[in-house]
Amino acid sequence: MPLTSRHLLGLQGVPREDIQLILDTAVTFREVLERPIKKVPTLQGKTVVNLFFENSTRTRISFELAQKRLSADTINFSTSTSSTKKGETFKDTVKNIEAMKVDMIVVRHASAGVPQFLTKISNANIINAGDGAHEHPTQGLLDMYSIREKFDKLEGLKVCIVGDIAHSRVALSNIFGLITMGAKVSVCGPSTLIPRYIETLGVKVIHSIEQAIAENDVLNVLRIQLERQAGASFPTLREYHNYFGITTERLEKFNKDIVILHPGPINRGVELSSEVADGPYQIILNQVTNGVAIRMAVLYLLGTITR
Amino acid sequence: MKIALKNINLIGFDNNLEKADILITDGTIKKIGTLGQDELKNVKVYEFDNKYCAPGFLDMHVHLREPGREDEETVVTGSNSAAAGGFTAVACMPNTSPAIDSAEIVKFIKEKAASHLVDVYPVAAVTVNRKGEALSPMAELAEAGAVGFTDDGDPIANAKILRYALEYSKMYNLPVIEHCEDPAMMGGAMNEGSTSTFLGLPGMPSVAEDLIVMRDIVMAEYTGGKIHIAHISTKNAVDMVRQAKAKGLNVTAEVTPHHFTLTEDALKSYDTNTKMNPPLRTREDVDAIIAGLKDGTIDCIASDHAPHSIEEKEVEFQYAPNGIVGLETSIGLALSELVHKRHLTIAQIVEKMSVNPRKILNIPVPKLAEGEQANFTIFDPDQIWTVDITAFKSRSKNSPFDKRLLTGKSVAVINKGQMFYENKFIKL
Repeated sequence: MPLTSRHLLGLQGVPREDIQLILDTAVTFREVLERPIKKVPTLQGKTVVNLFFENSTRTRISFELAQKRLSADTINFSTSTSSTKKGETFKDTVKNIEAMKVDMIVVRHASAGVPQFLTKISNANIINAGDGAHEHPTQGLLDMYSIREKFDKLEGLKVCIVGDIAHSRVALSNIFGLITMGAKVSVCGPSTLIPRYIETLGVKVIHSIEQAIAENDVLNVLRIQLERQAGASFPTLREYHNYFGITTERLEKFNKDIVILHPGPINRGVELSSEVADGPYQIILNQVTNGVAIRMAVLYLLGTITR
Repeated sequence: MKIALKNINLIGFDNNLEKADILITDGTIKKIGTLGQDELKNVKVYEFDNKYCAPGFLDMHVHLREPGREDEETVVTGSNSAAAGGFTAVACMPNTSPAIDSAEIVKFIKEKAASHLVDVYPVAAVTVNRKGEALSPMAELAEAGAVGFTDDGDPIANAKILRYALEYSKMYNLPVIEHCEDPAMMGGAMNEGSTSTFLGLPGMPSVAEDLIVMRDIVMAEYTGGKIHIAHISTKNAVDMVRQAKAKGLNVTAEVTPHHFTLTEDALKSYDTNTKMNPPLRTREDVDAIIAGLKDGTIDCIASDHAPHSIEEKEVEFQYAPNGIVGLETSIGLALSELVHKRHLTIAQIVEKMSVNPRKILNIPVPKLAEGEQANFTIFDPDQIWTVDITAFKSRSKNSPFDKRLLTGKSVAVINKGQMFYENKFIKL
C-alpha cells in the first residue's frame, strides 16, 4: 500500500496506516545504516532540493544524508546564499528551481503554511522540514520511531511534551502523530509557553514537572529558545530550570523507567541538566540516527509513489 | 437626457411610496408616480420590475491607496469599483503615502473624484502622519472636506491624544473612527484560538480589540465626543457597544461583510486572501455580530476595501499584508448572508449601507423628491450570480470570495447626472 498523499506537509490528518507504513519502512532503512556500505540505489535519478529559508544544521544534514544514502541527486539551497536577499519573491525562487526539473522539495521556513503554499506553485513532492511554529513531521515521526523502538508500541503510552509548546513545531507534530497512534499526550511548561487553546487538540495541560515525571512513560523535552523568551514569556532561565528543568534528582525521586527525548540542540542546565543529557534515561543520539532512517523512509515512499 | 425607472420598488426614503415610476431629466428627479405613455416620449425607459431603488449606498470604510500605491488602486479605479458594486459614495481612509493629514491632500483626492459618479469623502488622519503623536490640523481638514478622523490601520495608542482628538473633533461634530487593537498585542497573523493553535500561526487575541473598544467607550463618555468603532469583530466588543448605546453615549459601529460571513475556519487553506485585520473570528463572534446588526448595536456595513497587489499577497502567509477588496461583493454578501438567511430585512440593509453611514459622517441622505438630484442605488435582491475577481473594476483582485455564488446584486447606480448600468457609465 502506498501513502495516501504525495506530500508530507504535517502529521495532522495523516492516517494511522500511513504513519505505520513510514515507521515500518524506516526499520529496514535503519538496518541499512548499520551496514558497512550504507547506500541503496532506491532513488537513483531522482533530484531532491533542500530549500532551507531558515538556519538549520542538523535537520538539513540528516535529510541530505538520507538522500545520499538513497542515491538521489541532492541540491542545497539556503537563505545565506539565496536570491531572496536580492528581492526575489519566494514564488519566483521556487519556480526557478523547479524549472531545473526537480522531483522533490524539502522545505524549512519560518512562516507556517509555506509547505501548503508550495504545493500550489510546484509539482514536486513536498516534504515539510519545519514551518514556523506549525509542524515538523519528520521530527514527529523519528520521535515516534524512537519511542516505539524502546517500548515496542505506541498505543496506550503516556507521553508528555515539556517546555516551550507555543513556539514549537515539534510539539504539534508529536501531538497529532501520537494521538493518531493511540498514545495519551500531555504538555507541561509555564502557562505562558503553552497555547491557550491547546486542550482543543486533545492534550492535557500540566504545570508541574514532577507530576509530568510521575504520570508519564516518555518526556519529550523541547529546547528553550534563550534569545527569544527570557524576561518576556517567563522570568529567568534560572527560574525555568528550577521549576521545569529535568534533573537526575527529580527523575530518581520516582524510581521508574522513563524515557527522555530531546530534538536538540540542548541547552544544558536549562531544560535538561548535563547529567540527564548524558545519562541513562535519555535516547537523544538514537533519535539522531533514527532521524536519518525516517527521512529515508519518507523520501522513498514519496519518491516512488506513482502520480 | 431623460430616463424613466419603471415600476420600481422604493425603499429607505422618507415617504410612504412603495412602488412608482421615476422620471429623471439630466440627473434631476422630475416626477415620481405613474408615468403615462405621453410622458415617456423621447425617454429612455428602464423596466425595473422587482428591482429596488434606495438612496445611494455609501461605504464608509474604503482604502483607495492614492496617493502612494496607485499600482493597487486609485481614486478613479476605486470609484469605478464602488459604482460597479452599487455605491454612489465612499469614505476613504487616510493611511496613504503621504497620509491624508493636510487640507491639500483632502483637496487632491476630492479633485480626482470631482467628475466621477461616486462621491468620495476623505477621512483624515487624527495625528500628523498617523504617528499618534501630534493632532493633525482637524479644523482645516474639516473645512477642506474631511468627514471624520482616524489613524486606521492603527489605534490612537496614547489615551491623552485620544482625549484631545475626541474633544477637538466634537467642535465640528465629526467622529473619531477607531481601529481597535491594543498596540502591545499586535503582530499575529490570525485570530488566536484553537485554529491558530492547530495551524501554528501567531494569534491575534480578541482581547486586543476588546481592550481598546472598552477604553474608547470610556473616553467617549468622559469627553462627550463621537466615537465610531471600525470593523468590529468580537462578541465582547459588540456587547460593550450595546451597553454604551443603552447609556446614551455617542458610540457607533460598523462591521465588514467578511466578518459576518466567514470564520477563522477559512484560514485552514493558508490562503493569504483570508488574512485580514481584524482577523476572521469564531462562529460565536459571527453570531454576536449578526445579533448586533439585528438589534441596531451595529449601525453600518462597510467593506474595509483593502486592495493589495498580487505580488504582495502571493507570498508566505506571515509576510502577506492584511486585507481584501470588498466593494464589489459587499451588497451580494449582505443580501445573501443577512436577508436571505432571514436575519435582516431589505429595509435594514438600506439603513446600514446608506442612511446610517451618512448620519455618522454628517452627510445628507439623498431624497426622493421632485427637484432633487437623483442619487440612487438600484439592486435586485434575488439575482443569483457568481463572483469573478477577473471582472472586478478594482485594480486589485485580492478576494476570498472568488467563485462564490451570491444572491442579490446591484443593478445600477445613479448620481451626479450619471448612471452606471450594464458595466458602463452613461451621462444623463
